[in-house]
Amino acid sequence: MIENIFTYAFLLQTLRISVPYFLPSLGAAYSEKGGVVNIGLEGILLTGAFFTTLGTYYTQNIWIGILCGLTAGFLIALIHGIATITFKADQIVSGIALNLFALGLTKFLCRIIFNSSSNSARIPGLETVNIPLLSSIPILNNIFITFCIILLILSQIIFYRSKFGLRLRAVGENPAAADSLGINVLRIRYAGVLISGLLAGLGGAWLAFDQHSFTDGMSAGRGFIALAAMIVGKWKPMGAAAACLVFGFAESISIQFQGTAIPTQFIQMLPYILTIIILAGFIGKSTPPAADGIPYENTNK
Amino acid sequence: MLAVEMIAITKTFAEKVIANNSISLSVKKGEVHAIVGENGAGKSTLMNILYGMYPPDKGKIQINGNEEIINSPARAIQLKIGMVHQHFMLVPPLTVLENIILGSEPEKNLLLDFKKAKERVSQITSSFKIDVNLETKIENLPVGLQQRVEILKLLYRNAEILILDEPTAVLTPQETNELFNTIDFLKSEGKTIILITHKLNEVKAISDTITVLRHGKVVGVTGTENATIESIARLMVGEDKIYEEKKANIREKKLILEVKNVTVLNENSVEAVKDVSFEINSGEILGIAGVEGNGQHELVEAISSIRKPAKGKITLNNAELKEEHNIAHIPADRHRNGIVMDFSVAENLILGREKENLFKKDITIDESKVKTFAEKLVHEYDIRPVDIDIKIKSLSGGNQQKAVVAREITKNSDLIIASHPTRGLDIKAASFVHNALIKESDKGKAVLLVSSDLAELLKLSDRIAVIYNGQINVIFDADKTNEYELGLYMTGSKVKNE
Amino acid sequence: MNKVIYSILGPLAAIIIALFIGAIIISLIGKDPVEVYGVLFYGTLGNSYGIGQVLFKATPLIFTGLSVAFAFKAGLFNIGAEGQMIIGGFAAAWTGFTFVTLPWIILIPLTIIAAFVGGALWGFIAGYLKAKYGSHEVINTIMLNFIAAALASYLVNEIYGIPATIHTPEVSGSSFLLRFDAITGLFPGSPFNTSFLAAILCTIIFYFIINRTPFGYQIRTLGLNKNAAEYARMKIKKLVVLSMLISGGIAGIGSINFIFGYKHYYELGFSEGAGYIGIAVALIARNNPFAIIITAFFFGILEYGGLTINTMVPKELVTILQALLIILVITFVRIIDVLKIKFLKSA
Repeated sequence: MIENIFTYAFLLQTLRISVPYFLPSLGAAYSEKGGVVNIGLEGILLTGAFFTTLGTYYTQNIWIGILCGLTAGFLIALIHGIATITFKADQIVSGIALNLFALGLTKFLCRIIFNSSSNSARIPGLETVNIPLLSSIPILNNIFITFCIILLILSQIIFYRSKFGLRLRAVGENPAAADSLGINVLRIRYAGVLISGLLAGLGGAWLAFDQHSFTDGMSAGRGFIALAAMIVGKWKPMGAAAACLVFGFAESISIQFQGTAIPTQFIQMLPYILTIIILAGFIGKSTPPAADGIPYENTNK
Repeated sequence: MLAVEMIAITKTFAEKVIANNSISLSVKKGEVHAIVGENGAGKSTLMNILYGMYPPDKGKIQINGNEEIINSPARAIQLKIGMVHQHFMLVPPLTVLENIILGSEPEKNLLLDFKKAKERVSQITSSFKIDVNLETKIENLPVGLQQRVEILKLLYRNAEILILDEPTAVLTPQETNELFNTIDFLKSEGKTIILITHKLNEVKAISDTITVLRHGKVVGVTGTENATIESIARLMVGEDKIYEEKKANIREKKLILEVKNVTVLNENSVEAVKDVSFEINSGEILGIAGVEGNGQHELVEAISSIRKPAKGKITLNNAELKEEHNIAHIPADRHRNGIVMDFSVAENLILGREKENLFKKDITIDESKVKTFAEKLVHEYDIRPVDIDIKIKSLSGGNQQKAVVAREITKNSDLIIASHPTRGLDIKAASFVHNALIKESDKGKAVLLVSSDLAELLKLSDRIAVIYNGQINVIFDADKTNEYELGLYMTGSKVKNE
Repeated sequence: MNKVIYSILGPLAAIIIALFIGAIIISLIGKDPVEVYGVLFYGTLGNSYGIGQVLFKATPLIFTGLSVAFAFKAGLFNIGAEGQMIIGGFAAAWTGFTFVTLPWIILIPLTIIAAFVGGALWGFIAGYLKAKYGSHEVINTIMLNFIAAALASYLVNEIYGIPATIHTPEVSGSSFLLRFDAITGLFPGSPFNTSFLAAILCTIIFYFIINRTPFGYQIRTLGLNKNAAEYARMKIKKLVVLSMLISGGIAGIGSINFIFGYKHYYELGFSEGAGYIGIAVALIARNNPFAIIITAFFFGILEYGGLTINTMVPKELVTILQALLIILVITFVRIIDVLKIKFLKSA
């Protein structure tokens, strides 16, 4: 059994499982570094998956599908931004409401459009994509995996070497200080949240292509695991990526173990239990940005 | 020529408090202009308006003779106005350099140009003789250096008009001197400096012109050379007579608190208090002087049984200190630790005492007993307005503090810990608190008074211990020392009493 | 009085706008909103059966609303009512189908205690982790919800379940909670049952503990200013653990409505997201226990209302309405505050 782990297939499987964790997880880092908790990622994944399916189904073009998924993610994140940044609503409650909204909306539309409350019609997947140079290279021939790697490197640079990154970090730590230097705190926070929406929407697109359809509730808690991975990764892009790989690895292993003595339900629990253990600080303390979750208001404007 | 002219500025906050009532202010170019007034006189509001943090309800502002609408800090920065806020506006996990360039970042090829930034900042640090390591994170810097970074931030933005809000509140006398040297130097470079403070000796020492505010209005403008500390004080406080209790001398002294070789760890498990020993007798006030962050916080928490000492022994009335000991404790930060803002005055008056038999009826808290108790305290301690059912957040800082003092003193504990008990209070409220402490000590209670206000310590204490770097190396009789000497020990310039 | 008006204004405006958006959605799919809302209104409030169904749907929401509110009073955000209900429900059901020989006078209290203990255990885990390791209860309770669901699936599918179903055997007849139509003849045909009385009792106890006892005083202090609680030498860790435990316990009892009052067995997925809706209920009721009953009733209308219109429009319309309602309420709180300040200032 152990030898199954050191195979190309296993590595690819781990990466494929990690993609829908990584994209929203990286998104969460953008959102929370700027000070906005976004537990609506779960719903954004789901909506992203649905609209990607819808767009692809009608046009048979995966790029338009992706565009639809991104737009859906962007719009839901925009609602989150308006509620929590402009109107200072509780970020967690807003996130829960958006998850509920996504659940209702996708099921509602699924019944109306595909005449089924459980799944959509079949759509083409990524196998149709052929990128000249990359297609001959293993792993990188998967456009999403390649894109994730690029995104990770890019994000690392944006966070620590760019003006936007510096301001994002400042706004999440001490928004009043940033404000006093003429930085538009709300705008930066919007940027963080909207980026998280785009990334989670993209994660949804991957789910749809991976399964060649939309199925009810297909995000299956991945948005929450992504959030956990971001926390375990200490609010940093690299950390989040590493944590996602760990979760992906654990899940891969559990697939290898399926049908053995351990009941599947316990294997399903694994990432959640792992997160709780890690959060308890057995593997180093993880401190959130000081202003994370706190709406910013300049009370006298 | 006038650098700043503010004309008839009025600002009212949501709670109908008039913070600024038609205030006019003229600041000449190149001068050090002090704005003095008690806490709550409207100084910070006025400066926040000048810096674009709040819009005024009415009034005009002219900068260098031109009328300007300053609707954001960004606009103020464009007009070369800079402000060092009382609570520093720094981002602790970022480096000094990152903090300085934040908001005006040099860029190259879409990325931050750290090289250029560093060159420019180094140029400023050398020409203004301000020395600080640019790669250090702010969270690892002492307060005095953080203030330097704040000033550097202004200079980096080419500020010509520098507003300093209570800059010496957190500094030792020595650090204050350094700051004043910097201010003098900035002035000689032609900068205009507006200094907000309520410390009159500093005003006298450093400023050229003084504007005095009281209750949101200008009550006097004068050249510094024409004013005396007494004359400014009279303008500031008004004609209210302040009654000052005199301390009696208790003959029978018995040991109340004994702190023996106590070591206390802070949140990061670092020894914040190291092997400290002292005693306090009945009827005695022991002052603890020190720059903030030298262990007084942890020491107080240990003695009030909030934090367990790692080593050593604390005894109260010859019995080892236990959690059950309900010690009277007026905490340093009343909003953080002393009151619950969304509770009523009555609810706040039983905070920490909710289980006392005084308020008990079966398993419940008897509201009528609480009411009787609260009304008594509100009258005895002159807490205003006289309404025990309003939320305490609608009370002024002074009245909130009176409520805390009332609650703690009536606990009937032999030891009273008072940590910065008059911080942020106006003179009347402060003297009320002083009198209350003196009265309790005259009744035979032992008082531990922690303060960064050396004048307060010298006035109230019988003895003063200086804490530096977690250690107490010296304890003075209060009448045999002075602010300057205490300052030397507080900064570690002197360690042992020779 | 003004205060009451202001606190109702927001939710009211939110309801109207949510219904309006709902009407647009209904029109977009080619149906008549007036007709759909008419059916929804008549089906829920227009007859005693409908009202009974609404009250039946509202009952668990009262419990989960109280659960979330209790933790909230202590400054803790319990997103785990869902999982606590799942575990509490299973513990209760297990008691119900295991001790079949016990008389109702013993068995019913026992099942309720089991429901409380099961939920309390799940709440305790999050409380303990918070107190001991400082890990955030929001994430932990979310994780515990997933773990609870997987655990229940294991217990039903692998151990206790009836093969080819997703439910356990029936609980002892003496543990049944009677339906009101059987006792009084009111609400004929609806599963509205005596667990509602337990919900009302729970509401009163909630109010008493929070507002009248020193323990409640400490909980409120902790919730409003943790640092002041620490300086008042309250045992914060103990309070955190206890409030999460009680919060979880209340959510656990929320399961009896379905298990002992309706189906008489434990079924996977029975909670139907009541734990999450409870957050909305507590929020809109501003954690006031009596307002929670009213809010839960309103959400009960939506929950059951979805079923009444399902032949015309997908019942998920109601889920969308609920979500919109929450977002609008939390947004309007702010807008109304701003308006209020402007109003006061101009007055």
